[in-house]
Amino acid sequence: MRKAFINSLTTISENDNRVMLLTGDLGFSVFENYREKFLDRFINMGVAEINMTGVAAGLAMSGKVPFIYSIIPFVTMRNYEQIRNDLCYQDVNVKIVGVGAGFSYGPYGHTHHGLEDIAILRVLPNITIFSPSDSVEVGFCMKKAMEIDGPVYIRLSRAEEKSLYENDGELMVGKGSVLKKGNDVVIFSTGALVHTALAVSGELAKKGIEATIVSVHTLKPFHIETAETLIKEKKYVITIEEHSVIGGLGSIIAEVIADAGLSVPLVRIGVPDRFTKEIGNQDHMRDVNGLSVDRIMRRIEELGLFT
Amino acid sequence: MIKEVELNDLETHAKNIRREILTMSYNAQSAHTGGALSCVEILVALYFKILQIDPLKPLDADRDRLIFSKAHDAKALYAVLAEKGFFAKGLLEGYEKTGGKLPGHSTRNCVPGVEVSAGSLGHGLSMAAGVAYAGKMDNKSYKTFAVLSDGECDEGSTWEAALWSGHHKLENLTAVVDYNKLQGFGLTKDVLDLEPFADKWTAFGWCVEEVDGHNMEDLVSLFSSTPFKSDKPSIIIAHTIKGKGGIPKYENEMSSQYYPPTKEEFEEIMENLR
Ligand SMILES: Cc1ncc(C[n+]2csc(CCOP(=O)(O)OP(=O)(O)O)c2C)c(N)n1
Repeated sequence: MRKAFINSLTTISENDNRVMLLTGDLGFSVFENYREKFLDRFINMGVAEINMTGVAAGLAMSGKVPFIYSIIPFVTMRNYEQIRNDLCYQDVNVKIVGVGAGFSYGPYGHTHHGLEDIAILRVLPNITIFSPSDSVEVGFCMKKAMEIDGPVYIRLSRAEEKSLYENDGELMVGKGSVLKKGNDVVIFSTGALVHTALAVSGELAKKGIEATIVSVHTLKPFHIETAETLIKEKKYVITIEEHSVIGGLGSIIAEVIADAGLSVPLVRIGVPDRFTKEIGNQDHMRDVNGLSVDRIMRRIEELGLFT
Repeated sequence: MIKEVELNDLETHAKNIRREILTMSYNAQSAHTGGALSCVEILVALYFKILQIDPLKPLDADRDRLIFSKAHDAKALYAVLAEKGFFAKGLLEGYEKTGGKLPGHSTRNCVPGVEVSAGSLGHGLSMAAGVAYAGKMDNKSYKTFAVLSDGECDEGSTWEAALWSGHHKLENLTAVVDYNKLQGFGLTKDVLDLEPFADKWTAFGWCVEEVDGHNMEDLVSLFSSTPFKSDKPSIIIAHTIKGKGGIPKYENEMSSQYYPPTKEEFEEIMENLR
């Protein structure tokens, strides 16, 4: 998704000279062309994410539209109070771009995993949170980020996922997009795991269970009525996310169900509340955390939801 | 003065460690090789001449501590610990491998001898300062060493730790900066110039020495003379070369941070490092 991001940012920067790219010393083999093309609008801020965030606030207060970029923990956690006070409290026009959603940096260790970002950013007023699942959604989120005059967070995976759409014509901020319709169960997913959710729906279909699949590209704002309509009449609701099971998409859906007084069983599939001891590539890390198609199917079967 | 035979031993360790680093890099097709190669002599001097440690008692309460803050270069630390006998060299095969024991960033007690989990830059000096402070509180004689990268001297947290350690006169703390002049996406002088680097540390209450970070003899003699002053933390600015002793074309190149050696390069360098 990094390629889709930088391509989209390049186009946006050609048309709007307020746009800037600030990076926390990352971007080798991805940002060289951008740097060459927009020499005075590209700043390598060094390994100094806190300063990068505050400087971006000042630039935004003075008419610029800075995008700040690093790996998820460094651009959402290291600088969290700067995001809260300098960006959200003052509602300034800074776009945060975090790369490495979930276990993208599998064998690197937990310092590089992006597993709590949604939970901690979602509680901040004024922020918009995008979590695209393919390059079309990335382009859409970038376009919408430019239309929003305030802080936006875009959560990117590291791999290049295959495209789910021909174009972004049907996408709407705040409303998950329905990729597939089925009457028995609705599965909400976000980011790269939307592809896993689609595979799960294929497995469920073999068992005669028809699933609606929703790609939740916008986690905040979250259009409650849209989700409610999708949930009503279904026997079960499942959420699948590469994020802690606490505070992310599963929690959002639980809140919707509770607030609307719906009575439908909810299965939240996410990363358990522990640091993973094992190391391995992204697929392995997903598997040992119950996020592979196999493990998800086993979980659903164990719960006896469809017997 | 260090004896010639001893010096030869240290150079042999350094060569072995470079072989292991390059092998891990090649086998795991990993990034972060240039910065591992630049700190080999620093780690060899510390682990084989300076640190009071016993590989058989890795958690001994009186051991000297080495806090490896530039943890993305963990290959260097793992190779040195294995060479020193903290764990079997065979475990190095599990570096960044599914089911292996060695994560890309050194993680506390993933194998014996790794003191802290790091990987997010700019955390190590604060932890080292805490370890040193506790040592003084408890009247322990252990020394604490922190190995930092130049890139992480961009972080405000590094300078908070510097200020605090100077203020509290932590003479039992020594930091070493692997000053290879390259960081993640550019030259240090272009990204965020650290110069005048030594003056900054002096102003923060540290006693500073500079050294050729690949000269084993000078490193050993400097480390042996810490603390440089009885009432100040010590810092050694080690001038190094990113990618040193690896593939020639990686020396002083940013690509050494990202690309593992190709098959041909790997075979050739292993031949040369015999
Ligand atoms: C807080 C934080 N920001 C960004 C990174 C990503 N990163 C890993 S290594 C590196 C820079 C490498 O240069 P340097 O720190 O000088 O290390 P060395 O050259 O000694 O390997 C960066 C930006 C990180 N690990 N931690």
